[in-house]
Amino acid sequence: MKSEPLPHSKKARSEIETTVRKEWGRILASLTKTLGDLQLAEDSLQDAVESALQHWGKNGLPNSPPAWLIQTARRKAIDRLRRVKNFSGKEKEITYLMELDALDAAKDHLETSASDIPDKRLEMIFTCCHPSIEEKSRIALTLRTIGGLTTQEIASAFLDKTEAMAARLTRAKKKIALAGIPYEIPKKEILADRLRSVLDVIYLIYNEGYSSSHRDELIRSELCDEALRLSALIASLMQNQTEAQGLHALILLHDSRRPSRLDDTGNFVSLEKQDRSKWNRENIKAGKVILEKVLTKGAIGPYQLQAAISACHAEAEAWFKTDWGQILALYDLLYALEPSPVIRLNQAYALSNHSSCEEALNWLHPLEGELNTYQPFHVAKADFLKRIGKFEEAKQSLLKAISLSTNHQEKQHLVKTLAQLGTH
Amino acid sequence: MQYMLVIYSNEAADPQPGTAEFGPFMAGYQAFTERMKKEGKLVSGDALQSGSTATTVSVRNGKTQTMDGPFAETKETLGGYYLLDCKDLDDALACAAMIPTASYGRIEVRPVVVWE
Repeated sequence: MKSEPLPHSKKARSEIETTVRKEWGRILASLTKTLGDLQLAEDSLQDAVESALQHWGKNGLPNSPPAWLIQTARRKAIDRLRRVKNFSGKEKEITYLMELDALDAAKDHLETSASDIPDKRLEMIFTCCHPSIEEKSRIALTLRTIGGLTTQEIASAFLDKTEAMAARLTRAKKKIALAGIPYEIPKKEILADRLRSVLDVIYLIYNEGYSSSHRDELIRSELCDEALRLSALIASLMQNQTEAQGLHALILLHDSRRPSRLDDTGNFVSLEKQDRSKWNRENIKAGKVILEKVLTKGAIGPYQLQAAISACHAEAEAWFKTDWGQILALYDLLYALEPSPVIRLNQAYALSNHSSCEEALNWLHPLEGELNTYQPFHVAKADFLKRIGKFEEAKQSLLKAISLSTNHQEKQHLVKTLAQLGTH
Repeated sequence: MQYMLVIYSNEAADPQPGTAEFGPFMAGYQAFTERMKKEGKLVSGDALQSGSTATTVSVRNGKTQTMDGPFAETKETLGGYYLLDCKDLDDALACAAMIPTASYGRIEVRPVVVWE
């Protein structure tokens, strides 16, 4: 029999989509903690979403959609557990779920709201970002379980095939179950390390969004938005962790420039040439408020320092008013914490503006070996050479940068720069 | 949950008998084993004779082939193992980091299959 479209179905569908997207992470985390099994929790929640589409379409929306979803998901989990072959081993779990269900029914779940669902998202994000999971899978898993993105959306963000992304997620969930990765906030002794892993995942999501390494899109807004949301979440859940605050400030400050980063035709605009009146002042203010509060606590880390550097740019009314001396000093602190050639490269750029391009070029020399295949290295070198009139050498560096570029728009920008050099 | 902590190292890089590090190294193993026993985690654990004592056996088409030496031709060889009953992976990883060879070689942590 072909079913007719139901009168409320359109409204119900949009309500479901909004609720699911908004509450997915919270419901899934809570359910996973109860069931001890992420795959089962996700499958059961998916079942509940499908039955919501039917019921809400017919009967209208329940008072509390999230509470309805979690209770239905628990019942779906009981069904799923009963269906598995070795049913006898699952009696304990089933009994526990039925008790929870009875408890909920007694409380009159219609009156409960989303905030009554215990928030286990922090536990969940630590699980998803566990160092024993491959890095790309940590990112995908975090976007799926906490962010509520669909497998298809994640696949498209990484330009993977949906099936490949689905297989990656399944493998990661299997590893969590088989290797016994806990759904817990790590113990004090390892908390700093594990938090770093979580923050790195969020930062990678942001970076992939802000300077997409693929195809024709320079900015993938949905990833930027998600990273902003995740960093806000972790900052609110870990208020005493200065680096969690630092990352949130960094993303707010950095993201404030998103509106000016592309021109009207979608071409890349460098920081120097950006229209600063387009910068998001609200984000800048919010980022600075967090930073000022957190820097006084004396637990400085790389994300706070990067946020402080970003704040220096945000505060400058114009490019020529940038406080390069302050930026250089912040890079020194950053390099002391994390001696990486990429930090030196960025510092050399600040140096070229603070003192001279000759000095900056001298800094690049020792980095050449390690950064030879790093595209931004050659872009910076070309820039310094161009600014001191060494146009032929600048062209060579630009050609190298173009050969290393994987993003179409970025490549176009470099080709344009090269053409301008040709006129000298 | 049971985990096997598999100990790999380059035998030449391990503290050698007669050197200053050897005493504390062996004492470290004793202390670790004691601690695991006390915490109720120790299921079993053994040290193995060196890789040069290994013989590798395979049967192909009904024919047994016997070869000298360990199967994997790497510098790091299997030196021993602990079978532990741990709360979860983080617990097992913390135990692995306490094994003295972790400072010289590597410890691979593998969950044991539970047949249902």
